[in-house]
Formats: sequence, structure tokens, C-alpha cells
Amino acid sequence: MATSEADVGGRAAGEHKQGLYSGGLWSWLTTVDHKRIGVLYFVTGLVFMLVAGLEAQAIRLQLARPEQRLLDPEFYNQLFTMHGTTMVFFAGMPLIIAFFNFIVPLQIGARDVAFPRLNAFSYWLLLFSGLFLYSSFFFGGAPDGGWFAYTPLTNRQYSPGMGMDFYVLALLLSGIGSIAGGVNFLVTIVNMRAPGMKFMRLPLFTWMALLVSILILLSFPPFTIGLVFMFFDRSFGTHFYDAAAGADPVLWQHLFWVFGHPEVYILVLPAFGVVSDVIPTFSRKPLFGYPVVVFSGILIAFLGFGVWVHHMFAVGLGPIVNAVFGGATMLVAIPTGIKIFNWIATMWGGQLRFKPAMLFAIGLLGIFTIGGLSGVMHASPPADLQQTDTYFVVAHFHYVLIGGTVFGLFAGFYYWFPKATGKMLNEGLGKAHFWLTLIAMNLTFFPIHFSGLLGQPRRTFTYAEGLGLDTFNLISTIGAFLFTLAFVPLIWNLWYAWRRGRPAGPNPWDAPTIEWTTSSPPPHYNFAVIPRVDRRDPLWHPHIKPGLGWAGEAEPGGVFPRVQPDDAPEPIVMPNPSYWPLVMALGLSLATIGGLGSLPLVFTGVALALLGLFGWAFEPAEGGH
Amino acid sequence: MGPTSTGIGNRKLGMWTFIGSECMLFGTLIATFLIYRGRNVVGPYPRELLNIPFITVTTFVLLMSSLMMVLALAAVQRDDMRGAKIWLFMTGFLGLIFLGGQVFEFNHFVHEGLPLSRNLFSSTFFVLTGTHGAHVAGGALWMGTMFTHAAQGKLDSNHSETVEIAGLYWHFVDVVWIVLFTLIYLLE
Amino acid sequence: MTQEAGHTHPSSRFYVVIALTLAVLTAMEVMVFYVEALAPVLVPVLLVLMSVKFALVAMFFMHLRFDNKLLTGVFVWGLFIAIGIILILMAIFGKLAG
Repeated sequence: MATSEADVGGRAAGEHKQGLYSGGLWSWLTTVDHKRIGVLYFVTGLVFMLVAGLEAQAIRLQLARPEQRLLDPEFYNQLFTMHGTTMVFFAGMPLIIAFFNFIVPLQIGARDVAFPRLNAFSYWLLLFSGLFLYSSFFFGGAPDGGWFAYTPLTNRQYSPGMGMDFYVLALLLSGIGSIAGGVNFLVTIVNMRAPGMKFMRLPLFTWMALLVSILILLSFPPFTIGLVFMFFDRSFGTHFYDAAAGADPVLWQHLFWVFGHPEVYILVLPAFGVVSDVIPTFSRKPLFGYPVVVFSGILIAFLGFGVWVHHMFAVGLGPIVNAVFGGATMLVAIPTGIKIFNWIATMWGGQLRFKPAMLFAIGLLGIFTIGGLSGVMHASPPADLQQTDTYFVVAHFHYVLIGGTVFGLFAGFYYWFPKATGKMLNEGLGKAHFWLTLIAMNLTFFPIHFSGLLGQPRRTFTYAEGLGLDTFNLISTIGAFLFTLAFVPLIWNLWYAWRRGRPAGPNPWDAPTIEWTTSSPPPHYNFAVIPRVDRRDPLWHPHIKPGLGWAGEAEPGGVFPRVQPDDAPEPIVMPNPSYWPLVMALGLSLATIGGLGSLPLVFTGVALALLGLFGWAFEPAEGGH
Repeated sequence: MGPTSTGIGNRKLGMWTFIGSECMLFGTLIATFLIYRGRNVVGPYPRELLNIPFITVTTFVLLMSSLMMVLALAAVQRDDMRGAKIWLFMTGFLGLIFLGGQVFEFNHFVHEGLPLSRNLFSSTFFVLTGTHGAHVAGGALWMGTMFTHAAQGKLDSNHSETVEIAGLYWHFVDVVWIVLFTLIYLLE
Repeated sequence: MTQEAGHTHPSSRFYVVIALTLAVLTAMEVMVFYVEALAPVLVPVLLVLMSVKFALVAMFFMHLRFDNKLLTGVFVWGLFIAIGIILILMAIFGKLAG
């Protein structure tokens, strides 16, 4: 175990040499610092997103012309399965957790999360489960049953290869990390807020993080059980999805979507949180109707558990079931729509600054709304009978996921990059990234609304000539190609900032929330002095003007101190780094690999995990809070 | 450790949060069990196998183990190390007896022609009660660890939070069994 | 950090009383199961007895009665959604039709 790191008066944390990104491999393997774990999640999520993007490229190339055979249909099935699975579990969620990790403790005035080692543990599980999933390409083929893996297709009888076993095991493993993360963030947000930081003074991003944590905690367990059932059916001959034994394969669909629908809110609420912080900052106006935005978030989270059957309208559950869930689905669109109006009203009459973060936030309003409109169209069961399983649905969810999650995350990236790195990104490159992405996204996904309504089915590797689908698919493929190009300014910008970025001060955007009182990047311990707040948007007190600096006396109102001092007045004790989370994650991963059919490996893994658990439990954890 | 915003310790809040999540875990298993009840295509069928008197006894044992746990916590809170050791030991011991009963029952079922892969009942019953049993086993391991700590004199009233949290976990596992006993055995 | 809630910890005797109550309730449950005459009300009676036992353990052994209401909220919330999902699934699969 490394030595403890008691900081007696930190040095100025703007310099990278002593800061966040210094330290060798071992310091990264044993880190329990939420900021570093956030960086790890971000890089990992970004890499998986690029890989999933390449999978999408391949898919679109195959679909560019009718009756092509660039790719083998079996491999095509693996591609769309892995594209979806990767985007949801190994790109989307990690990127979201990256932001939660880095930003939430800073926004609530905490020095770290509630359980720093558990935090690291979650990350290592994510990394190992992702690598494990991708290793399937080299061991007989990746999963090929679609990201939602419907039974009975994915029963052993019809999917005899190991691909689906990789799917089940990888998601079981990463699910443990997700649930742990849910516990961690919920306790952090509820229990570690700075003095005066009441719930209704929390930045919206942190509010959404709280709701997402609750969603994770309640939605992942049904999925876990569904996966366990699938594992047992495939490996031990049980009959959970075996119609011949009296079971109902549709049970899988229920368990999957009881999870799957809240999952899409897990993916989109953080984006809404980002936008709710970004738009006010770049409108120089507080969020319009803060309580309404909070309560609509709560409503979405709650109602989101009552709509899952809308993914199953074509299953034949009957008119009563369909009608009830159709109605509930239309209902849940209301709080979502309300937020859009709140954001527009925030901008109305504000002093707008169109920085890249703001562009992506506004982009979300437009693109997500288009996706929401097609979503409401699906909410009607009779209409959905035509739309379901066609490219119309693919268009819908890419509009809400890209327009929502991706645009939101990009907005967050441009917004908080200076805070996380101490460098400013190049604005021109950021705008180029935005416009290219906006155009590419629409080129790729707008046409397929039409090909979908004309009947182009999902998950088919080609289509016949003469069905009227050709042009739409070709345009979509061109758009996809452009989408890949749109990443170039982003990557270039990262390199640019690294080499030549202007240094960023504590609050380059003149934003109102307390993460902007720390240096950029923050010191290891975040706050030299734990801040005290007495209102929402504390940095915009007494009125909106550039930061006033630390006067040494308590400013009346807002937050004290307005800018964190360079040195901590008292010694701060932070959690020790630790390798036990890594050991335990490694043990569980080995056991998971053993689930493919090696009992000795299972036992070894469990033994290592227990060793890790005991090492962790008996290690002294000096803690901030 | 500093003060928390709610006055509740992080670990205690964390355990309750986890318990809330576990409600969904067991809830899903229970829902599946209830949905698939009575749909077996082949036997043996539950009524032929379920031994109510036997399981009543093991249920009673598990209930009493919760009492042991609560007494253990009370002992730790008043620095009664001897009491703590006794009650922690009894908690784990009764838990193991319960598990022994489960193992016996499982074995009996297999011998009566109900292996894991036999039918819907075997699938749902073994996975549901097996998951519960795994939780009990984990808890017993935890008890053993705390007993060792108490024996080493490390478990005084300053460390009562750990015992409290272990107790929450243990009682939750007991509470799940209260539900399973009624739904699986008595409502068959 | 243990909470100083300013309440008195229940005595050991109190816990034993709860435990005995649980034992008696269990015995009642088994009795209801075996008594033929009670067959029509078997389901509701058993569910009620089960719920009472559940509540006793949660409120007293798990101390929810005396703790911060937030903890009750955290628990009840998960319980509520779980029960909801169980009931909805049972309804969809036709298990609630009497």
C-alpha cells in the first residue's frame, strides 16, 4: 500500500507536474481519486465509442447498396449486436459515469465520493468486462443475437456457439460495477453535500446524477436476474426460457425491458443535466423554473418504470396491456417536453454566447425533440405495429441517443474540459466539430425514417433492389462517413489543447456553480476550504459579473470562499491509494471467464476475489468524509 | 470521519441503499417463481416434494439467528466482548444450520428425481432459494470475520457501526426468507 | 459514524419478545396452512401474517422505527417498485385473475 498523502497546504494545483495527470502506471492502477477515475472512464468510454463507431461504419458500408455482400451475414449479425451493446454499456454509460465521477463531488463541495475504493472497483470491472466481451471476436465469434438478445433465438439450441455466453457473462460482470456505482453516487450526493447545499440548491447535473443512481439501483437487478436465467439455461439446462417445458421466452423480453427502458433514461438524464447547467451559463441567466425541471426529472425516473411493454407491442400481449402501456408512454413524454420549454425559456432574453458547449446544448434541444416526436409516434400501439422492427425505430433512437446523450456529453466535454485539464480548447475546432456532427447526424438518420416506413426491417444484412430503399440507404451511408470525419476536429482539438491550449483559470465561463471556485484542474483534495453556500447559483451573487476574487472576508451571500485559496489552512487527510479494488476486480473477472466452462478458473477467481475483499476490508482507509 | 449531511453514516446509508436494490433482485426472482407456478409439463411437482414441517423448523432457526444478531449488536454497543462473541457465533452458527437444512432439502429433491434441469419448478425453486442461500453463506462468512475480530478484542463500541451494518444485511436476508417461506411453501 | 438519535435502545428483553412474536406468527402461518376450514382465506391471511413479520423485523431488528425516516424511504422505495413489478408481471401472465 502506498504511503498516505496528507496535504499540509497544497501547492498551486494548476501545474500538471504535481497534478492530476502526473504519476506512473502504478499510481493510476491504485488510484482512488474520483477525478482520475473519471479520466479513466472517459478515455475508456471514448475508445469503445470509436470502436462501436467503426462497427457502425461497416454496417453502413454493407447497406450502402442493395443486395451487396461486402460482409458475411453471420459477421453482420455480430457487428450490429456489438455496436449496440458497446454503445450502451461500454461507451454511453462509462462516459456518463466519467462525468459523474469528475464533476459531482466538485459540484456538491466534497473532497471525493463516499466510497473511493468501491469507485475504483467499479471502473476496473468496466474495463475488464469490456475487454472480455471483445475477446469473443477471437474465440469463436462475438455475440450475434442483437443487443437485446431475445430468446428463444439466444437459447443454447439456436445459438450453440459461445458468443452469447460472452454477452451474458460480460454484462453480469459490468452490472456489478454499475450497481456499486449507483450506491456510491447516491450516498455521496445525499450525504456529502457542503454546508448550506440543500437539495433544491444542487446544480441540475448533480440532481440528474442522483436520479440516475436510483434508476441504476432499481433497474439493473431485473436485468441481472434475466441474464442469470439465460446463463443457467445455456449452461445448466434450466428452462426459464424454454417453451417446451411450459416457460415463456417472452419473460426475457419483460426482464430485459424492465431494465432497458429505465436504461434509456439513465443514458439521457445526465445529458439533460449537462444542458441544464450549460444553457444558463451561456445565457447568463439562471435556469427557468428550476423546481419544475427537478420534479419533471423525478417524474421521468418514476414513470420510466411503468412503460417497458412499449418495446413489446407486437408480441401479442393483448389490447388491455397495450393500451395501458401506450397511455403510460404518452404520459412520460410530458415531463420530458416540459424540460425543453424550461431550457428555451432560460435562453429567452438571455445574453447568449455560442461557445461549442452551448452549440451542442442547443443542438440537443432540436435533435432530441425530433427523436421525441418519432418516439411519441411509437407510443400508439396500432401505429407501432407498422414501425416496430423497422428502420423507423432505428431513426428514432439514434435521434434521441445522439441528439440526447451524445450531444449532451459533448456539451459537457467542452464545458468542463478547462476545469479538468487547466487548458482551453480551440473554439474554431469545437464549432467545426459541432457543425460537422450536426449535418452528418441528420444525413445519416433522417433518411432512414422513410426507408423504415417503407418497410426496411432492422437487423437484416441487405435489402432487395427496387423497393425504393436504395437512395435513403446511400445517403445514410454517406452521412455515416461524414460522422466519422466529424471526430477529426475533436481529436485534433485534444492534441491542440495538450500542446498549445491557453491556460484556464478557475472559472473561464463565468459559471455560477461551486466547482468553478477551484483551480483548473482542482488540487488532489478539491477544496482547500470546504465551501459554504446559501443559495442556488451561488457564484452569481450579488449579481452576474466576472468573479470577484477572494477578499479574505466572507462576502455577504452566495458562496464562501468565492475562489479557493492556493493553500489549505489545515492538514487535509485524503483516502489512501489501494490495489485491493484492482485485485478483487481481477478475481471476479477470472471467475467470469471461468463461467465459459472452466470450473478451476471459477474457483481461482473466487479465491482471488475473496483475497481482494479481505485485503480491502482490513486496510485502513483514512477518509476525507 | 466527518459529519454527513443527513447525520446518517455513509456506510449505513450505503447498506440501506444496497438493500433497496436487493429488493428488486429478489423481487424479480419471486415474480418469475410466481409466474411459472403450476406450468410444469413434467414432474416431480412441488406438492410431492415440499416438506413443510422440516422447513418450518429451519425457518424458525433463521428467525432466531436474527435475534442473536440483534443481541450481538447490543453487546458490542455496551462493550460486552464476551456477549458479543457468544451472540455473533450463534448468529453464524444458526445461519449455517439453516444452510445445512437447505443443502439437505436440495439433496433430497435431487434424489427424488428433481435435479436443477428437470422442469420449471426445479429451475425457479433452486435459483431462487439458491440465491437466497448464497446470501446467507456470505453473511455467515461475515459473521465469522466479526467473531474473529471480537475474539481479538478489536470489536468495541467504537466499531459498532460495522456490526450494525452486518446486522442490517443479515436481517434483510432473514426478511427475504419470511417472504419465500410463505410464497414457496405455504401458498403452494 | 453511528447516529446519535437521542432515543433509548430497546432492551434485550424487548428483542426477545419480538423474536417470540415472530415465532408465534410463524406457527400461526403453518396452522392456517394445515387447517382445511381456513382454505378460502388462506391467501389473504398468509399474506397479512407474512407482512406483519416482515414489518416487525424491519422496524425493530433493523431499527427503522427509530432511525432517520430517510432510511425507511430508501427501503420502501425499492420495495414499492419491486412489488409493483411483481404485480404487473403477474397480471400480464394471467396469474392475478382470482
